[in-house]
Amino acid sequence: MSEIIKGVRQMKGAQSIEFAAPPYILESACVCGNKEGEGPLKDTFDYIEEDSLFGCDTWEEAESALQEKTIDVLLEKSGYKKTDFRYIFAGDLMGQLIATTFGILKFEIPLFGLYGACSTMGEAISLASMTVAGGYANNVIAMASSHYASAEKTFRFPLEYSTQRPYSATWTVTGCGAVVIGNATNKSEKNMIKGKITGITTGKIVDYGCKDSQNMGACMAPAAADVIEQNLIDFGYEPGEYDKIITGDLGYVGQTILIDLLQRKGIEITNNHMDCGIEIFDSEKQDTHAGGSGCGCSATVLCGHILNNIKKGIWKKVLFVPTGALLSPTSFNEGQNVPGIAHAVMIEHPNK
Amino acid sequence: MALIKAFIVGGIICAIVQIFIDKTKLMPGRIMTGLVVIGTILGAVGLYQPFIDFAGAGASIPLLGFGNTLIKGVKEAVDANGFLGTFMGGFKASAVGISGALIFGFISALIFKSKMQG
Amino acid sequence: MENMMQESKKEEAKKERAKEYNDYVKQVTKTMSLPKNMFWAFIVGGIICTLGQGIGDVIKHYGVEEKAADSMTLLILIALSALLTGLNIYPKIGNFAGAGALVPITGFANSVAASAIEFKAEGFVMGLGCKIFTIAGPVILYGIFSSWILGVIYWAGQMFHWW
Repeated sequence: MSEIIKGVRQMKGAQSIEFAAPPYILESACVCGNKEGEGPLKDTFDYIEEDSLFGCDTWEEAESALQEKTIDVLLEKSGYKKTDFRYIFAGDLMGQLIATTFGILKFEIPLFGLYGACSTMGEAISLASMTVAGGYANNVIAMASSHYASAEKTFRFPLEYSTQRPYSATWTVTGCGAVVIGNATNKSEKNMIKGKITGITTGKIVDYGCKDSQNMGACMAPAAADVIEQNLIDFGYEPGEYDKIITGDLGYVGQTILIDLLQRKGIEITNNHMDCGIEIFDSEKQDTHAGGSGCGCSATVLCGHILNNIKKGIWKKVLFVPTGALLSPTSFNEGQNVPGIAHAVMIEHPNK
Repeated sequence: MALIKAFIVGGIICAIVQIFIDKTKLMPGRIMTGLVVIGTILGAVGLYQPFIDFAGAGASIPLLGFGNTLIKGVKEAVDANGFLGTFMGGFKASAVGISGALIFGFISALIFKSKMQG
Repeated sequence: MENMMQESKKEEAKKERAKEYNDYVKQVTKTMSLPKNMFWAFIVGGIICTLGQGIGDVIKHYGVEEKAADSMTLLILIALSALLTGLNIYPKIGNFAGAGALVPITGFANSVAASAIEFKAEGFVMGLGCKIFTIAGPVILYGIFSSWILGVIYWAGQMFHWW
């Protein structure tokens, strides 16, 4: 009895978990807006919505509709019913998570609402994996979304206001990604497996004194560097262990800084680093400056491009590190710094 | 000639402000506010009116000119009404600009919906 | 006591790191070309002012006295800006023109119209009504306040004959 209560020790190093029985990513779905649908990853999305309002009247409703659509697609692709999910771990960038609230209302799945800024997908997958690995659920959903217009309105200016974006600014992705995480108990589920989650490293809030909300890459890069370093320490890995180390939305500026910060610590990731924000847009043609950002950036790239490549075996093992900048319009106006946070998720090809 | 003067002077003011924006990373709201305040100061010490006389719309259309209008109105009201005038002139002089922006802005909001760029 | 000393040392080290990091970030962050930005600010700002001058000249040509003509010019520019804002053209101009679209009175009108359009969805009173001043509010407040202070100084100067 005491054996069961104590469970298996799955803690690894200072901040990591190594799952004794790794949970699986069984299915994924991603829906995005038309700008993303014109980008280099257009073929990896499940659904591209041409109407940026998603048939709604307001931007906030549009983001909710985006989440709803994503779960619809996920249910359709996976063949699951909504009652097959014990929990959903989800979040967005809006105040009090209103996009998530109204987005998943109709599905009536027990919810853990999460805020991790743009790192939400990493936080959601981490908690979802722990829940499944801990035997608290067979199947759960992890999901995150962002919408360009609702984010602009919340964090910057009205859309019609004429402003000039600096080079370091990023473009919030209109998109939502969701994954089914489960323990694949039966045969049909075993056939679905897209990847397995072997471990996670949860990041700390890292504040290097950055105040520039127009340079989120610089605000988040130290947090990404911190969590990547910690993951390597906790597991005793060299960076080469991973085919790809994939950050969420550092963009070009943040990528330069991340590689630099890690180099100073003797960690070389130049050759296997990739950033979802850089991949999702063609910066030159689409005028997106430093790249894409938002919860939806890492979420949609994971659910399309990354999981496709893992399933095909092109990548055997990746470290997925969504990054978030922790600010609110109020904290920014009151002169607070913009600290960063990042969560690392180790995803492997199922047969590795 | 007046057109060329307006073009060059107005253009130069904007180009100088562009340096401020790029170098200081100040938010546009602060830039606009700063320009109006500077305009009131330049107007108060009598430097701005000669500038408008020279450059016409090139000096009056930028927000500096809006500041100058405000202080001009205050001065006129003080001349007419004494201390009470300090409370009267500003809004009176800027009435057209502010009312125009509010009314046309409101009408615009009635007609148009927020749209995504690009 | 020792603890406090250590605390303040830690604080010092944090500030040091923040400064170092921000300097470093400045170095590695590419910026847009200033000459190019200035060029477009000059062109667009110049064009808007020229337009103002032209409209004013035409109105005066029809015998309208100067002050009324100036007001009409202002109103036409503001209406034009509100229209272009609604059509989503003004922000496109501002995207490359920067200060060229911000500095003229049309930029002020854009900030009013843009807020009105965006926040209409939150209701006509609490949304549009309150938030129409989101960007323009401080411009009006500090414009009025600074002109009031200067007005008081002017009034005092008149009283004591040193202005």
